[in-house]
Amino acid sequence: MTSAGTPLLEARNCSLRFGGIAALTDVSLRIDAGELVGLIGPNGAGKTSLFNILTGVYRPTEGEILLEGRPVTGLAPHRINRFGVARTFQNIRLFGSLDVRMNVRTSFIARLRGGLLEVVRRGKTFRSEEREIQEEGRRLLAYFGLEEASILPSRSLPYGDQRRLEIVRALATRPRLLLLDEPAAGMNPTEKEELKQLIARIRAEFSTAILLVEHDMKVVMGICERLVVLDRGALLATGTPAEVRADPKVIAAYLGEEHGEEES
Amino acid sequence: MFHSSKALIRNPRLALAAGIGVAVLLQLGGGWIDPYTTQVVLFAAINVILAVSLNLVMGETGQFSLCHAAFMAVGAYTSALLTGKALPTLLPHLSWTGSSWASQVFFLPVLLVGGSVAALAGLIVGGPSLRLRGDYLAMVTLGFGEIIRVLLQNANFVGGARGMEGILPATNLFWAVGFAVLTVYTMIALVRSTYGRGFQAVRDDEIAAAAMGIDTTRVKVTAFVIGAFFAGVAGGLYAHAVEFISPEGFNFLRSFEIIVMVILGGLGRPVGVAIAAILITLLNEWLRDLSQYRMVVYALIIILFMILRPAETLRPLLSRVLPGRKPAAS
Ligand SMILES: Nc1ncnc2c1ncn2[C@@H]1O[C@H](COP(=O)(O)OP(=O)(O)OP(=O)(O)O)[C@@H](O)[C@H]1O
Ligand SMILES: [Mg+2]
Repeated sequence: MTSAGTPLLEARNCSLRFGGIAALTDVSLRIDAGELVGLIGPNGAGKTSLFNILTGVYRPTEGEILLEGRPVTGLAPHRINRFGVARTFQNIRLFGSLDVRMNVRTSFIARLRGGLLEVVRRGKTFRSEEREIQEEGRRLLAYFGLEEASILPSRSLPYGDQRRLEIVRALATRPRLLLLDEPAAGMNPTEKEELKQLIARIRAEFSTAILLVEHDMKVVMGICERLVVLDRGALLATGTPAEVRADPKVIAAYLGEEHGEEES
Repeated sequence: MFHSSKALIRNPRLALAAGIGVAVLLQLGGGWIDPYTTQVVLFAAINVILAVSLNLVMGETGQFSLCHAAFMAVGAYTSALLTGKALPTLLPHLSWTGSSWASQVFFLPVLLVGGSVAALAGLIVGGPSLRLRGDYLAMVTLGFGEIIRVLLQNANFVGGARGMEGILPATNLFWAVGFAVLTVYTMIALVRSTYGRGFQAVRDDEIAAAAMGIDTTRVKVTAFVIGAFFAGVAGGLYAHAVEFISPEGFNFLRSFEIIVMVILGGLGRPVGVAIAAILITLLNEWLRDLSQYRMVVYALIIILFMILRPAETLRPLLSRVLPGRKPAAS
């Protein structure tokens, strides 16, 4: 639905400060409908902070955020989700006391038509709505190979499955922009390969744009058409994977880092 | 027998109808029950309403509320004013004794008004403080409980510290058991729905819940207001059962007692909480002569409970006996 020229998401000169710490400084970004953009940068570069201002967890200290041209700066997180932005978390945030099925079901709450009385009365609207939600939840879980696990407590899933479940839960809110915060963290090489395929399938099947934070260069370079590089809260470079890889500033930032630690 | 109980759990409306049926039978055919036992059953039913409604706030939604007894007080005083002053003044030609048809017919709207005023109080208290994350609610509710108590102590038209006497004895087994059944039904129906998972999602992780499009403030306020409503109804039932209310009857210790029931019942398990409410009611009867040690006993029970964790050991056994909830494995 985006008219030519209006990007799906636009961040204009956004800064985020926590007291004396500048998590983000004058960051601008645009993402078009259906795009797959990689967001990379050393530890503490501000990637998660960028996600947090894009999803309303924090209000940017300065700057403006637009979704399809509408300003959404400072809106509550649930409102931003209703505008079509969904996310996963770097530190998995599943609903621990709910089983896999119910974790996905929570994503339908915001779209419920029947009110509270309808729920207590268990009326017609309620029953047909519950059936639809169950069905859609089941289809989503099946699509991502989690149907076997549907009545297991979400905490009991293997790590990789928990990350996948977070993606399913986010997709169930029907986003037009999906923010994935290090979905491959803690995954083994096989799982990482599966994740790459999964992301490709999400784009094909759910027509959503994706902003992907990932440390593993093999994953990012392999699937993203455009990369955005953050370093110490500021935009360092942006371009195709090839352009970014050849950028001397990026090499310097990453070399500085790799002396300190080795990426797992 | 097994199949019919399964059907009751599958179809909550059937269970509701059956429960109301029991309440009617108790009322009509319960003439043989002695007054003391009747009173214990009334108290148990009222405690079930209080505990199961607080469970929605504390157990399901994870909000620490310390003034459930204050909402009870709002309902108790509101309904007692209605039956004691408003109704006899407005309709003086009708007979206003406990069992007169007029008081029985008007008792339902009276209880609902009491609950609604309590719900309004819940909205006023919870609305602003639930917007904030963290433990503000505990402090605000603690303060609100004290404010209500002090206001009532100084309100002469409701008897001040002496309280109100001679309240119409309109509460009977039908109303108390009926409302207890209705409350348990409402809570289970609420929680076992897509809508109700919102309470638990907020309890588990507010940030994730909001990111999935859930208006977390609204969810918390909703739970709080529903909880206050049922506490108000329980207050109305209580006032018209004991025929005497005073501010001290709704102090912090009363709120604490309800919290104990919710914790013992296993936070977030309506049926467990209802059972705990009944057990605590019985315990209170046994401890009647030792009432000054009540708090010590509660504290000991909670400590023992934390150590022994009976719910953890009983659950696998119960899930085999009770149909409905499947064990996680398979
Ligand atoms: N809530 C907060 N309070 C204070 N400082 C914060 C907060 N959130 C982030 N920061 C700081 O902002 C900077 C950027 O952090 P951020 O988590 O956005 O980095 P990141 O790129 O996601 O890093 P990583 O790769 O380790 O996940 C860091 O210096 C961090 O300490
Ligand atoms: Mg991060």
